[in-house]
Amino acid sequence: MHELSIAQGILDIIGQYVPEGRAEEVRAVRVRVGQMSGVVADSLEFCFSAIVNGTALNQARLDIEEIPLRSQCSSCGKEFAVDTMCFSCPFCGSLDVAVTSGTELQVVDIELADNPAGAS
Amino acid sequence: MSVITIERKVLEKNDEIARQNRALLAEHRILAFNLVSSPGAGKTSIVERTLEHLGKSLKVGVIEGDVQTDFDAQRVARYRVPVIQIVTNGGCHLEAQLVQDALLQMSLPGLDVLIIENVGNLVCPANYDLGEAFKVVVLSTTEGDDKPLKYPSMFRNASVLLVNKIDLIPYVNCNLSALKSNALQINPHLQVFETSCTTNAGISDWCGWLRKKGAHRS
Repeated sequence: MHELSIAQGILDIIGQYVPEGRAEEVRAVRVRVGQMSGVVADSLEFCFSAIVNGTALNQARLDIEEIPLRSQCSSCGKEFAVDTMCFSCPFCGSLDVAVTSGTELQVVDIELADNPAGAS
Repeated sequence: MSVITIERKVLEKNDEIARQNRALLAEHRILAFNLVSSPGAGKTSIVERTLEHLGKSLKVGVIEGDVQTDFDAQRVARYRVPVIQIVTNGGCHLEAQLVQDALLQMSLPGLDVLIIENVGNLVCPANYDLGEAFKVVVLSTTEGDDKPLKYPSMFRNASVLLVNKIDLIPYVNCNLSALKSNALQINPHLQVFETSCTTNAGISDWCGWLRKKGAHRS
């Protein structure tokens, strides 16, 4: 359960990008969360809303894009989804597979309302 | 609506400090590993047996991570090795910065091996690079043979699995071959040792492997 510190990490990063005085205009923070990133999307959403509550960013919602776990076989080169955490190639049976996606934990972008802060 | 592109990793700050730690350890030719498990699997006992076994031939330092107390550092200090206790005050895992602070307090010249004992937790420590060469996961037979499937990240990210409390097999409901095949399904490259800190079974095999790893580092 480290979603709270991850949420804080997201805030620290977006703090460097929000133009001065426009925090109240941030409406969405888009993040990518891999299936094997160790982060639970619902918990992260909850923690994020808890820490922005009462701050200038309280209108920002967290948009989470969940990235499924995929691997590529080093023997036959085929790509496949890892559904049951079984890291063997479904095509040739090789155990030599590399994870190609599903470990992401990234801030993608932020969306700001164009109207001035406070106006609705 | 206007969009500002960011495209940055949330853990990039941790990863950068981990890189610094890795460079510092490499400069001193220290083999560091990150010891992880759930609470009570026997990490500190593994540290003690490893110190008993390697203490005469290699100089080993230890960083102990716990949510509270310096009990583990006290246990390890009996072996007269350099030890630093990190208390996370509620934090569920070690981060690279905490390890860097500890490294700066430790006398590194002359050390061969550094053991970083993480906070007992099979979830969060999997995702925080500390600057170690590899992760060693301890899974005790009392925890059950299904744990690798329930906590796949930790087993996928580790290089070594120590199946601990092997002496308790007759008393617990744990199928050893199922445990190992579950772990190898998640990570076929895992090096597996069966250990007991009570009977010392498997400790010399594990320490022999570690000694070989240490010899190859320079």
